[in-house]
Amino acid sequence: MNEFKVTIREQENAHVLDLLGYLDAHTAPVLEEAFQQMIGNGKFRIIVNCRELTYISSAGLGVFMAYIEDVRANRGDIKMSNMSPKVYNIFDLLGFPMLYDIVNDESDAIAKFAALS
Amino acid sequence: MIQNNKNSQPSTITIPSRTERLNDVRQFVAQAARVCGFTDADVNNIMLAVDEACTNIIKHAYNYAPDESIEVNVRMHGGEFEIVIADRGKNFNPDSVPPPDMKEYMSQYRRGGLGLYLMKKIMDTVDFQFKANRNILRMTKQLH
Repeated sequence: MNEFKVTIREQENAHVLDLLGYLDAHTAPVLEEAFQQMIGNGKFRIIVNCRELTYISSAGLGVFMAYIEDVRANRGDIKMSNMSPKVYNIFDLLGFPMLYDIVNDESDAIAKFAALS
Repeated sequence: MIQNNKNSQPSTITIPSRTERLNDVRQFVAQAARVCGFTDADVNNIMLAVDEACTNIIKHAYNYAPDESIEVNVRMHGGEFEIVIADRGKNFNPDSVPPPDMKEYMSQYRRGGLGLYLMKKIMDTVDFQFKANRNILRMTKQLH
């Protein structure tokens, strides 16, 4: 069985989702639930920290697609950070870097949100 | 299982049509591709292509029925890594899925439907056939 876990923490002016493990069609509902929780609570400044994300398939990428419009319509964003080259490659195959703000480190995302405040 | 980098005996895994078993298929295919001499980057991509194919079968061919089966065969043949995936689900016609214009796709924030696009992007060939009531998907990638 492949493990996947999302931990949510508050960090200055944003909420960080720490992803751990394998994000595929089996585990995507876990991430979906986390996004629903964020949006349901009116939290639209979201950083997805991918430091411990080992793998992602299109089922996982689809979750980001499902929520980005809502989040941006509420003057927020989904920024992604700390991606391994392996995971970045999958985002890149689909042209995601054109659509999402992917930064090296979580602190860069926090700084970008701070600049908007 | 592998004799050399050019050719190998075929190897098979059969899984029930459940997403919790995707990891087993990924590990199986990754191991085979690695032994054949593919780079880590290629191994990861091949694993993703197979994950996408099996996810599509579970979702669309079997409509999430959990007790159907998916058979995945791999072999190295003439320097080409060949993956053949068979299921007994609903006939899949790839022509019914138009190739997405990624720019337009992204601008509309659609979700789903990216699997086939990824498979075609990663593999050298992707071919679907419906034979004897089975969907047969054959994908190949040349070892450079």
